[in-house]
Formats: sequence, structure tokens, C-alpha cells
Amino acid sequence: MKPAKFEYLVPDDVEGALDLLRTHSDDAKVLAGGQSLMPLLNMRLARPKVLVDINRISGLDYISETNDGNISIGALTRQRLIEKSTLVKDNLPVLSTALGSVGHVQIRNRGTIGGSISHADPAAEISALCLALEAEFVLKSHSSERIMNSESFFLGQLTTALEPEELLTEIRLPSLSDGWRWGFQEVCRRRGDFALVGCVALIRLDDSGMCLDARISMFGAGETPVRMREAETRMFGSPVDSSALDDVARLVSEKLDPVSDIHASAAYRKQVGGAIARRSLEAATNQGKGA
Amino acid sequence: MTEGMRNVKLTVNGHEYESNVEVRKTLADFLRENLQLTGTHLGCEHGVCGACTILLNGDSIRSCLLLAVQADGSAVTTVEGLADETDLHPLQRSFQENHALQCGFCTPGMLMTAYAFLQETPHPTEEETKDAISGNICRCTGYAPIIQAIVRANDKSD
Repeated sequence: MKPAKFEYLVPDDVEGALDLLRTHSDDAKVLAGGQSLMPLLNMRLARPKVLVDINRISGLDYISETNDGNISIGALTRQRLIEKSTLVKDNLPVLSTALGSVGHVQIRNRGTIGGSISHADPAAEISALCLALEAEFVLKSHSSERIMNSESFFLGQLTTALEPEELLTEIRLPSLSDGWRWGFQEVCRRRGDFALVGCVALIRLDDSGMCLDARISMFGAGETPVRMREAETRMFGSPVDSSALDDVARLVSEKLDPVSDIHASAAYRKQVGGAIARRSLEAATNQGKGA
Repeated sequence: MTEGMRNVKLTVNGHEYESNVEVRKTLADFLRENLQLTGTHLGCEHGVCGACTILLNGDSIRSCLLLAVQADGSAVTTVEGLADETDLHPLQRSFQENHALQCGFCTPGMLMTAYAFLQETPHPTEEETKDAISGNICRCTGYAPIIQAIVRANDKSD
């Protein structure tokens, strides 16, 4: 038997899950798609006393367009479903593209968007995209509901602002209207593996090609996904030319604070991070016109 | 019921099974140990190698990353479900004809991944195929004959 013993509880609605989380609090671990938690259980790196399996909850898997044109996704929606969704392809193609790099198809068939965000792996594409889009998360507990900006949510490696009694129930993503263009790039050893470093870049240009707004979100190169504010500021009011892009690459390389591990050294991640940010911005400017 | 045990009812390759299973048992171990369906192989047991790939309600998934109790009420297809009593499945025959296996350890996972992929993309390109099997590791073949076998799998059927 691979995992250590646990008590297995299967609520059939959100209220039931929240009651269980109130009762078991720190002792409980929520099992969503299991694509990160199950390996941890199998290797006994995680030994929760109680496993709350939320997969039998209905009504937490949906992709819907809100009145203001944004997209709300239920936390339990499988990544593969989102990747293939026409609504997402039409309104938020950067999400479909980014999801194509999340693990492999067998992982995405099971993995959920909320699970990836709650797990908060620093190399997760979805989290970095949420940061770039300034997405909002709905966090529910038995007694309260709060809506949190993605930037306040990621606190550290595998650490989020979620309280032990809370469950992430919905992800609210602004769709890319108003002329936003996007670029997505990552470097990894094998397609679908954890990114050594990656970038989601969004940019809005005026008619003469001047940058009105830019967002650069990096992943795989730090404790959390991280916005590159200095590089973004450098772009404001500037044309996307080689001088601006050189500065962006340099600023991103300077700002990134990655670790060295068996996959890549910190120095490598810093240098490649700058290049990847540059390429993402170029890609955004050249082709990836949002919606 | 003993503590930590649950009753599970599921369909595997068209046959119904009902079993009392420990909640911490993975579906992969359940298939191999309880149902003696040892065609599903276990390599890394943490979702990296793809050897344990099976179909859950038609979707390819890692059976080492699912608890057997989670498959309650589901339809599972394993590599044993591909061939009929007398004939190999065309995909299996294509693997044979294209020498797409050497030691055979990765083969069940490759077959199940390719089977699900070909349902959606019956005549894939090489590039599409490479992407589709990117989650399955083979240490013998260098992948080229596997890709060829999948690309050609449906050549004869239509």
C-alpha cells in the first residue's frame, strides 16, 4: 500500500465539504484532481489524517461567461475541459494555450484548475496566468465567503492565503478585450514537464504602436509566480523596439530570484528568464492578439 | 465494514466487479492485485512515466494517481480490453508490425494513451503524435517506431 492510512470522507455538496473542513481543519487535506496530492501521498511526503475527496460534489465544474464578459470557472473543472472549451478559445485563448503545457493529457484529464491554484507550485502555468490577468478567487468557509485578488493569494512555495477551513470554489478571469495581446513561453526539458522558467506577457498598444499597458508574469523562477513591475513600467509609453526589449530582458534577469536545483542553476534561470520575457512580449506584440 | 475499507462497484473492460477495498489503495494496485489484471504496469507511481495509463470513462488517466474508491461507479478500460478473444486490436497489430516495443514495459501505457488519442484524432501527424505520447516514457525504442505505429494504426481500417 503506497499512501499512509487516512480517513476518507466524500461530501456530496460544497456545504458538506465546508462542514468537514471546519471539523477537521488542519488535519484534513482536500483531494481534487489529485495530480499533485496523490504523488505526495504515494511517496508519503504528505500524511494527512483525513482526506476530503471533493470529486463527488456536483455544481463545482462549470465554465461560464458573466454579464460583464468575464469568465467564471468552477474550481473542480478539469483542465482538459477548459483547454478544449470553445468559450475559452474564443474569449481567452491564452488560457487554452497555457493549459496545453500543463502536465500531459493524462494529467489534464484529471487535474482541476482549482487544485493547481490551491497547490501553488511555483512552476504552475495557471497561477502565473491568473497573476497576469489579475484574476480573482472565491474562497468559502462554513461561515464566510471572501473574494481575493490572485496577487494576495500566493504567499510562498506551496503556500497560499487559504485558511485550513476554506475551499477555493471559483476562479474569475477577465477576458482579454480592449486590444490586449498575449504571449506565452516556457522552457522545460520535456514538453509537459515542470517549467524551468516561463512567462505570460500581456500588452496593449495604441494605434502608433506605443505601449499603453504591459503585464509580465514569471513562473518557475521563485517561491511564487511573480509580476515584473520594473519591466512593465519600462514598457509604458514606449514602442516595442529592441532597446525596450533589451531593457525588459535585463530588468527581468536582475529581478528574478530563483533557486538552483537538479534541473537548472539559479544563474541559468535568471538569464533564460530574461530571454523568455523578451520573447513573450515580442510574441504578444506580433501575433497573439487577444480576443 | 472494516475501518478504512469501502465497497466499490465498477466496470472493467465490460465486466462488472464489486469489491471491498482499502481506501488508500490506488486503482493501479487494485487492478493488478484484486482483479489480477496485471497488464497495467507500474513504473514511477507518481505520475511521470505513463506506464499505468488506463481509460476512465473514456479519458486517459494515470491509474497510480487515482484511488480505487474514486473509480466507484465508473467504466475502466485497461490494455486487456483492447484485443478481442482471437484478434489483436489494429493498434496492437500496428505496434507489432512497426516493432514499436522492445522490453514491453511501457507498452500498455503507450497503447492506452494512443487508443484515446486516436479516438479524437484518427489520422494524426507525427508532430501531433509526439505531443500525445509526451507523457509516456520509453527507455528502449527511441520512440520513432512507436510514433510510426500510432500514425499508421488506422491506415488499413479505411
